[in-house]
Amino acid sequence: MATIHPIPAGDVPALQTEQLSVYYGSNPALRGIDLTVPRNRVVALIGPSGCGKSTLLRCFNRMNELIPEARVEGTVRFNGEDLYGERVDPVNVRRRIGMVFQRPNPFPRSIFDNVAFGPRINGNTTGLAQTVERALRQAALWDEVRDRLNESAYDLSVGQQQRLCIARTLAVRPEIVLMDEPASALDPIATQRIEELIYELKEDYSILIVTHSLQQAARVSDYTAFLYHGELVEYGPTDLIFTNPVEERTEAYVTGRFG
Amino acid sequence: MRPGTEGAHDRTPTTESLFTARSAGGRRERFVSALLAASAAATVLVTVGLVLTLIFEAGHFLVEVGLLSFLLDSEWTPGFRPARYGILPLLVGTLKVAAIASVVALPIGLLTAIYLSEYADRRARALLKPLLETLAGIPTVVYGYFALIVVTPALRSVLPGIEVFNALSAGIVVGIMIIPMVSSLSEDAFRAVPRSLRDGAFALGATRFEVAWRIVLPAAASGVVAAFILALSRAIGETMIVAIAAGDLAGLSLDPRIATQTMTAYIVQMSLGDTPRGTIEYQSLFAVCMTLFLLTLALNATSQRIVRRFRTVYR
Amino acid sequence: MMGARAARRIRKRRRSGLAFGAVAGIATAFGLLTLALLIGAVVIEGAAAFDLQFLRSFTSRFPERAGVRAGLAGTIWVSAITAASAFPVGVAAAIWLEEYAPDTWWSRLVQTNIQNLAGVPSIVYGVLGLALFVRAMGAGRSVLAGGLTLGLLVLPIIVISSREALRAVPDSLREAAYALGATHGQVVFRQVVPAAFPGILTGTILALARAAGEAAPLILVGAVGFIAFTPTGLGDPFTVLPLQIFDWVRNPQPEYRQLAAAASLVLLIVLFVLNATAILLRNRWELRR
Repeated sequence: MATIHPIPAGDVPALQTEQLSVYYGSNPALRGIDLTVPRNRVVALIGPSGCGKSTLLRCFNRMNELIPEARVEGTVRFNGEDLYGERVDPVNVRRRIGMVFQRPNPFPRSIFDNVAFGPRINGNTTGLAQTVERALRQAALWDEVRDRLNESAYDLSVGQQQRLCIARTLAVRPEIVLMDEPASALDPIATQRIEELIYELKEDYSILIVTHSLQQAARVSDYTAFLYHGELVEYGPTDLIFTNPVEERTEAYVTGRFG
Repeated sequence: MRPGTEGAHDRTPTTESLFTARSAGGRRERFVSALLAASAAATVLVTVGLVLTLIFEAGHFLVEVGLLSFLLDSEWTPGFRPARYGILPLLVGTLKVAAIASVVALPIGLLTAIYLSEYADRRARALLKPLLETLAGIPTVVYGYFALIVVTPALRSVLPGIEVFNALSAGIVVGIMIIPMVSSLSEDAFRAVPRSLRDGAFALGATRFEVAWRIVLPAAASGVVAAFILALSRAIGETMIVAIAAGDLAGLSLDPRIATQTMTAYIVQMSLGDTPRGTIEYQSLFAVCMTLFLLTLALNATSQRIVRRFRTVYR
Repeated sequence: MMGARAARRIRKRRRSGLAFGAVAGIATAFGLLTLALLIGAVVIEGAAAFDLQFLRSFTSRFPERAGVRAGLAGTIWVSAITAASAFPVGVAAAIWLEEYAPDTWWSRLVQTNIQNLAGVPSIVYGVLGLALFVRAMGAGRSVLAGGLTLGLLVLPIIVISSREALRAVPDSLREAAYALGATHGQVVFRQVVPAAFPGILTGTILALARAAGEAAPLILVGAVGFIAFTPTGLGDPFTVLPLQIFDWVRNPQPEYRQLAAAASLVLLIVLFVLNATAILLRNRWELRR
């Protein structure tokens, strides 16, 4: 079936799925996924549209539960613990596993309030200004907005809005950041900024990124998973997947010969 | 929340468990959601209260008068001795006014909707629609004033033999009031007709009139019917215009020129008078109100049913 | 030969199409002209009696001294009570339906019920107000009973418009808040409701405008037109502008009809201000998105 290349011994697993399947009503969107995301690495999920990349991503912070007809089977482990365990609060999961969406979705508030929302709902309001500044710095947005923190987030450019959304996610201090095609709505320059940012964030976070751009996956990720029709076809170190894949379908996709 | 985590930079990967107790606000959240659910339930209580009140108050009356004579007696003479309580004259008066209103509102509302959806360009529509909807926002007492002071004298100058208080004037003005209801609901129905249907007809060389009349109107027919029914229900429930301009003669005559009492006007008359509470005369008010409630409810439910069926056709 | 006949047909079709367009245009104009006529009649007839004195005086047996002070004050009192009673319940019910309710027979019943309540004739609410507030609650023919009765009347309108405002909040906003670890209540009350609030407020103001123009339910509650004082508390008797108009328009003396027109003018101005506020609010809100 799927080809899973071994993960080097130095890498510690942060997220693991075992026979993960997701159904929307009676339609399977994902079937039997086994995937390991190592700590402080960037993992890219690639595959044609509708292959289940975003569905898989949303399993990791239990966002699928917000869709009434979605059903998740199998196991997802976070630091070895069952993410879907009976006593696990999805709210707690989402505080530790953050998410950045395809289209920038800032709140209709000021720049400051956007970043401060997460700490505020968590009751972490001591040193809020420093928290906001640190998050904005990490998202490489501080220098552009330091003098206009009270302006509406809607006044920012789309690229800035997306970095604001990243800052907003980082302000909650998650351990893992999920990114769902974070640059697809952006122009090439803004995209480059996001990619540089991902590279820097790897120091502190594990990052799982869905992308439809093969070049982007090759540039930013350490590991790449290729999904097709809801199944994991091949998973391993990015250069291996791109230069010497085992599966024929992977090779067809990464070389652009996909019918 | 997580002690010992100074910042993302200097944090070593935690092995802290996910199995924390549910967020502290959990109890408050449950309270809030219960409060919201209770508010929603309160809206149902309004209906329950309404139905119980009507049943309780009208019940007394119906036991006293008898359901059959209420429904079948051809006289409504609460002031006379012996008083007779047949709803038919009030029903006929109500339907007479509603019919006159429909004769005004249906063609004009429908043509307005066709004009707005098929003929007017976007700028004209953006200007005309809010202006027309202003008609729906005029208080009904002001319409009553308009009927009595402007429409009735005008009618009396062209139609001889018309009384000062008459069904025609009130009916026309009720009709004007419901024009925006007919036009905006019909227009919604027209706009739900897929563009491809229009394009198909235009491509065959149909004129705009032919597209509107032969393609769009039949396709939107059920929505238009639903709009008519809803507007009719509105006309039946209209109170102040008829209380001011239609007079207070309960009778079976279909003549639009004479004074006519509707169910709503009777309720107003009874409330304004000094009839003692608890008398059968006073309780007749509730029986009339219940009839009005049931009639409008049936019409509204029919309209909603048609709209629902209509929706499934295109989605 | 065939060509000539076809051309004739097309000309005829085009002519009938144009005629129909003209008829439809005339029908549209009819509504607008009536509106102009109505407002014109009110302004022309009412202008003579409309002055500051008219706003400051109570009703009177002498038409030249009569004014709308009691009605204006009563309308403000009643509207305030209506808003205070219907707004929290209506908005809460809307939030429950849009953000909390599972798809069950009960939530569908609540929805259908609200649709039906919105179609109940206003006078029927008067009967409920009479039984519930005037008698059962013992509020008598007071401004409180009047305000609560109109509260019942506008409740379904507020629920429906608030639901629309909540539905207009994009799901991406909800997702963003959830992804930051917000609880359901935090998502709803810290992001969704604030984002929908201008829309909710607009709908509420429009509903209040509707209530301010109502007379029929208040007649049932026992309010009358000839009241010569303003309420000082919730238990006081009251009148409202529409009831004063009703009272005057039924008076056969022509001077009173002039008063009715002037009071109508005051009422139309009140409603215009309310509507303009709602529209301004909506426009400002749309600019921000």
